[in-house]
Amino acid sequence: MAWFRREKQRIQPSDSTHIRTEGLWTKCDGCRQIIWKKDLDANWNICPKCGYHFRLDARARLRLLLDEDHYTEHDAGVETTDPLQFVDLKPYQERLRSAQQATGLKDAVVTAEGKLAGQRVLVCAMEYSFIGGSMGCVVGEKITRAIERAAAGRLPLVIVSASGGARMMEGTVSLMQMAKISAALAQLDQAGVPFASILTDPTTGGVTASFAMLGDLNIAEPGALIGFAGPRVIEQTIRQKLPAGFQRAEFLLQHGMLDAVVPRLELKPFLARSLKFFTS
Amino acid sequence: MDSEAARKQSEHLEREIETLGKASPGGETDRRIEELRGQLRQLQAELSGHASAWSRVQLARHPQRPQTLDYVKHLFQDFTEIHGDRTFGDDPALVAGMAWFHGRPVIVVGHQKGHDTTQKVQRNFGMPKPEGYRKALRVMQLAAKFRRPIFTFVDTPGAYPGIDSEERGQAEAIARNLREMARIAVPIVVTITGEGGSGGALAIAVGDRILMLENAVYSVISPEGCASITWRDSTKAEQAAEALKITALDLKPLGIVDEIVPEPPGGAHTDPQKAAQLLDPVLEQALRDLCQVPVNELLQNRYQKFRLMGQFFREAAAS
Ligand SMILES: [Zn+2]
Repeated sequence: MAWFRREKQRIQPSDSTHIRTEGLWTKCDGCRQIIWKKDLDANWNICPKCGYHFRLDARARLRLLLDEDHYTEHDAGVETTDPLQFVDLKPYQERLRSAQQATGLKDAVVTAEGKLAGQRVLVCAMEYSFIGGSMGCVVGEKITRAIERAAAGRLPLVIVSASGGARMMEGTVSLMQMAKISAALAQLDQAGVPFASILTDPTTGGVTASFAMLGDLNIAEPGALIGFAGPRVIEQTIRQKLPAGFQRAEFLLQHGMLDAVVPRLELKPFLARSLKFFTS
Repeated sequence: MDSEAARKQSEHLEREIETLGKASPGGETDRRIEELRGQLRQLQAELSGHASAWSRVQLARHPQRPQTLDYVKHLFQDFTEIHGDRTFGDDPALVAGMAWFHGRPVIVVGHQKGHDTTQKVQRNFGMPKPEGYRKALRVMQLAAKFRRPIFTFVDTPGAYPGIDSEERGQAEAIARNLREMARIAVPIVVTITGEGGSGGALAIAVGDRILMLENAVYSVISPEGCASITWRDSTKAEQAAEALKITALDLKPLGIVDEIVPEPPGGAHTDPQKAAQLLDPVLEQALRDLCQVPVNELLQNRYQKFRLMGQFFREAAAS
């Protein structure tokens, strides 16, 4: 099976960072070594051997960024009513239920207020394992509310993206969330309240093409896949192989799209410094 | 073709099918009957105002469907095209310019796919790159500076997915347009004229009045793209087109479109000039309404308009 797996990964780079767990062990996609899962857990899902960044779920992200693991979650009970009554091979509502059971979340973002190195902030953390972190009306609404709270309370805003883009099952309604959130960000911009966008693996489609690229600072984690179109769509369009490292955080930094690529363990101090700079 | 003519045409088709049915059966006859039945279904669907989503996708993509420069020709005077994003280049997939509309100076921005093969290649099939969106924003900010209202015409399969687009920041260009269009301090009238292809369409579709032609479509993903992801079969596009709810009739009740603009029977491509004439009074009314609104209120209303899109959720008490 090994050759088959590698083949699959080559076609789907965005899927290559899933943690493959054989009980207590995991194989690292960066260095291909076997690592203890509890070592990985203890190290915020960063390979202790090579520094490869595995994905981090939304709750862990909040623990990483906010002081003493203490925050107040907002709008946790908001859930979609399935505007299109969408059905493909199975009903969207069924997909929602299984995503809700698997993650313990109502939808693909957790929004919260807490302190980051002593400073009150609002943080939105997207959950990639909830239908690919896709943005429908709940993600749109919760992030917009967070932005409005940030503007009203003059609290710095941090949004951590991990998303395949707009949620197809909510159709054009989900497309409109891009405009809704971006309009709210125009008001936050006007109010002079800082917004740091953190782009993690993967951030693509309508999320990149709206709030994720609109930070006062756009910061990415090392190796994160970031783009507008997914690599497969581009390959199919241009009918050629994509260059190595294409659409990775370092590629975007080189092309002027990011302010910095910051390793996960340095993210909190980096944000603390930056937000202090903007607000003091 | 008006609805009376359409009814006559459908009766004619029914008779022809009946006659052929009585004739000797065979491959050729059967094919012809099937073809006529197809035409009949289409005609009847249109007569009842319930053309299938897929048939509207076909109309929206028709190569002879009027595009931005056709509307410019029929509806605007003294159009002067202006080019370039002042940063990288000029994108022929997206046109912009100064024009006069019923005696008023306005700015026009829109996608241009091209009608024949040469034009389509030259215009990249109406799929803009970042420089296209940056040109659009530059010109819209020029409009704001000189207080000229803006008309945008939306008709694109999507923003171009290529290596160069990504290198130059396709996502950033679209995102910036979304944020800036929310606060451009002049009236913006958006018309979805053909294919509203996802982010590449939305990037020039934030405005005060959103109009949509009867047979236009507006979608987060192409039906083919949706079909290949969900059904893992791109031939299920017809089904996907229905499921995605992308027609003007679907989108008006969802609060995404303000007004549906009628087309000549059979679609805008059958009579581009007539299509423009049908659009003209709707554009004029929208502009008249919006020009009476003080700028602060205009911007507030625009914010509220998009703020309220997607109120499809319930709120349980947090567990
Ligand atoms: Zn490793």
